[in-house]
Amino acid sequence: MTHTPAFETVVERHGATVLRVCRAVLGAGPDADDAWSETFLAALQAWPGLDPDTNLQAWLVTVAHRKAVDITRARARQAVPAEQLPEQVSPVGNPGEGDPQLWMIVAGLPERQRLAIAYHYLGGLPHTRTAELIGGTADAVRRAAADGIKTLRRTYGTDSPWEGPTP
Amino acid sequence: MNTETPNTTAAPTTAAESVHLDALRSTLAVRAADAGLLEVAYRTVDSPVGPLLLAATERGLVRVAYAREDFDQVLETLAARIGPRVLRADARLEAAVRQLGEYFAHRRTAFDLPLDHSLSSGFRRAVQAYLPEIGYGHTATYKEVAGSVGNPNAVRAVGTACATNPLPVVIPCHRVLRSDGGLGGYIGGLEAKTALLHLEEAA
Repeated sequence: MTHTPAFETVVERHGATVLRVCRAVLGAGPDADDAWSETFLAALQAWPGLDPDTNLQAWLVTVAHRKAVDITRARARQAVPAEQLPEQVSPVGNPGEGDPQLWMIVAGLPERQRLAIAYHYLGGLPHTRTAELIGGTADAVRRAAADGIKTLRRTYGTDSPWEGPTP
Repeated sequence: MNTETPNTTAAPTTAAESVHLDALRSTLAVRAADAGLLEVAYRTVDSPVGPLLLAATERGLVRVAYAREDFDQVLETLAARIGPRVLRADARLEAAVRQLGEYFAHRRTAFDLPLDHSLSSGFRRAVQAYLPEIGYGHTATYKEVAGSVGNPNAVRAVGTACATNPLPVVIPCHRVLRSDGGLGGYIGGLEAKTALLHLEEAA
């Protein structure tokens, strides 16, 4: 008898990956945490009816992308002119949220490079799929990822957490 | 060079990430329960009879499992029989954890918890519903239980009902023994059965 496995196994297996993707896209902080929660809530909702052949990681990364877009839009809507700048949530995150220096460098990358790296190197999506999500051609996405990695390598060193074997 | 294929193996989770993920998972469980998306909440707890897994639906405690039953297997069975929206979640199990702690500390002789009996049916369910009638520190034989539920010849079926009790400890199948004084069987192993009987004697 086949049945849908306990959802806990999905969180256990993919929770860390989705968190890294969310942090690369939104910066390590409350926005990334919100995107993580929204992603797994949506996944939990869809879980019983999900096609058993679904590539779970790719599916979750795609959901995470949509949630990150929602959060970015909501943040933009909330923006109102003010006399004084309110205190900002640090895009670098708080102590205990991983390697602050690394996330700072990632946050400083141009957006397309950041997303291309997040979805491919952290999320495991093929560049073609990233291109579908963020627009442009797969070649352009590949170049953006390569340029971003080059910058990371130069500024951080070669042992950043998502560098496996050289592509 | 083919960069179309992801080349990463996921980096090991750091300690900081683990701590943060635990916090996120707790929040997720609360939000899932609020949204009515948590079919089965579970947690594990240490006890004098080894680690126990506790699981609850919205209706009540549905499963207590011993480690020898294999927790992963228990969770998969719960997913198959109740629903796959299964998450580690502490809140729904607070009362059960507290009452079990009191029981093991000799400060509680009966459980007062909402129970979900949906994992049992028919005769087994009738037997399991009767078992709390056997008071703390007392025992009954399989034969006596069979008589008590109105089916004196169903001694073997009573044995099966005890062996398949989804809520051991809370539903006291450990208080049922053989007519010759033998322990009979126990889902948590005979060592656990003996330990529970001794615990209740020593109270």
